[in-house]
Amino acid sequence: MYSEKVMDHVRNPRNVGEIKDPDGYGMVGNPCCGDVMEMFLKIENNIIVDIKFRTFGCGAAIATSSMVTEMIKGKTLEEALNVTNKQVTKALDGLPEQKMHCSVLAEQGIRAALYDYYSKHNLPVPEGLKQSKTVKCAD
Amino acid sequence: MDFIYLDNNATTPLNPVVLESMLPFLKEDYGNASSVHELGRRARTALEKSRGQIADLFNAKPEEIIFTSCGTESDNYAILGTAYLPENRHKQIITSKIEHHAVLHTVEFLEKQGYPAVYLDVDENGIIKLDQLEKALEKETSLVSIMYANNEVGSLQPIEQIAKMCNEKGVKFHTDAVQAFAKHPVDMSKIPIDMLSLSAHKIYGPKGVGAMYIRKGVKLFRLMHGGHHEKNKRPGTENVAGIVGLATAARRLQNNHEEENKRLSLLRDKLQTALLNNIPDCYVNGMNAARLANTLNIRFDYVEGESILLHLDMEGICASSGSACTSDTLEPSHVLLAMCVPKERAHGSIRFSLGETNTEEQIDKVIDLMPTLIKKLRSMSPLGHKSNK
Repeated sequence: MYSEKVMDHVRNPRNVGEIKDPDGYGMVGNPCCGDVMEMFLKIENNIIVDIKFRTFGCGAAIATSSMVTEMIKGKTLEEALNVTNKQVTKALDGLPEQKMHCSVLAEQGIRAALYDYYSKHNLPVPEGLKQSKTVKCAD
Repeated sequence: MDFIYLDNNATTPLNPVVLESMLPFLKEDYGNASSVHELGRRARTALEKSRGQIADLFNAKPEEIIFTSCGTESDNYAILGTAYLPENRHKQIITSKIEHHAVLHTVEFLEKQGYPAVYLDVDENGIIKLDQLEKALEKETSLVSIMYANNEVGSLQPIEQIAKMCNEKGVKFHTDAVQAFAKHPVDMSKIPIDMLSLSAHKIYGPKGVGAMYIRKGVKLFRLMHGGHHEKNKRPGTENVAGIVGLATAARRLQNNHEEENKRLSLLRDKLQTALLNNIPDCYVNGMNAARLANTLNIRFDYVEGESILLHLDMEGICASSGSACTSDTLEPSHVLLAMCVPKERAHGSIRFSLGETNTEEQIDKVIDLMPTLIKKLRSMSPLGHKSNK
């Protein structure tokens, strides 16, 4: 069902953990739907110098979060903003059809953390960037 | 890699004795049971002998057993075959919220055609509420279909009482006994069950063969059309090798079910106790139900089921998930939701279902592995990293 690359990231996820006092932080997803993702960014001179994540979710959710951190570490904020879920999926050699929604979460996580960075530092928020939303379970 | 196979409610390995009994009918005795020649007669003899053996297990008559391709087909035939009888058109059908999809989706299909349907609730242990059934039976009903044992959590339903309640009202009763067949013997002379579905591949038999008990006198609307096979009820050339395998498997298991149930429940309880003791924030789904001896459905807060399964798989351990992250809906297991397990917790549930190939050594390996595995996943989870501290 999953590609070798996905399984590799599930087995050995890159950049797991947290950054104390991050410059940007985002949390997206919904525990009721079975996935929640946290992103921590350390930013210096417009460059993402460090990134960590934590994910509650299936194999695809873990692999896409891990992959997206690898893809944007060392990149400029503009480059990070341009990373799409399609690129993440492609880098993982694809995902099963029913798991495509998980890759959206990785893109949203990065964008939420960047929104947090721009707004906390009173910088103009690029168009289309939104605040992150985690929905509480309504049980 | 040597697998530790703990997914026996999904399917079981084919037992060598069962395979051996099938081989002649895959090789030299390949005749069609409807043919008049010697090879046909041999197939017919084997087929009828198997039918008699299955009937004996139920204390039923051979003509009350028909062979099908699987449990799902048997369920469909029982439900649609009853509902489509002219006298039952648009009469109410009662089932439960925790049925296998073979029953649930079939009843939903009828509901879309204008049949009123009642889906009975279950308690937190996955047992249906009899008072609700009694109330539902006040309305004119053609069929009640309640599973014998639940496939996800293993809860055993009060089948005898349900059968008697239906019988008193003159309502037909069907039970999907795919998970219980040959593990929990049923005497049809004592329990008024009208129809029962069973399958071979859950009891160390082959895939692709099932059967149905249909009590003498119970009418069904014919769904499939073709030859005169299986008393005109189920056309199609009989899968003789599969049917022989089914009968061998059923007899084997039913003959030693007490011993094997005891052995499995000891292993299951060992696994259950160890996980509950060694892993914080973990709970058994259906803990206090009368349960299948082999089934343990357990949830680990703050982690997601599929990620547990993938990590178990890396160690050669096969289990399954109550989480439906594999489906398109993102909805967790309908069984756990019916048992009022909150959604985010249902997502963290996995099912270990033991079988005759499992040893204590294998269970010990799982016991050793699980705490580290759950700790790793919780340390990666935004919901769970605190629970490790």
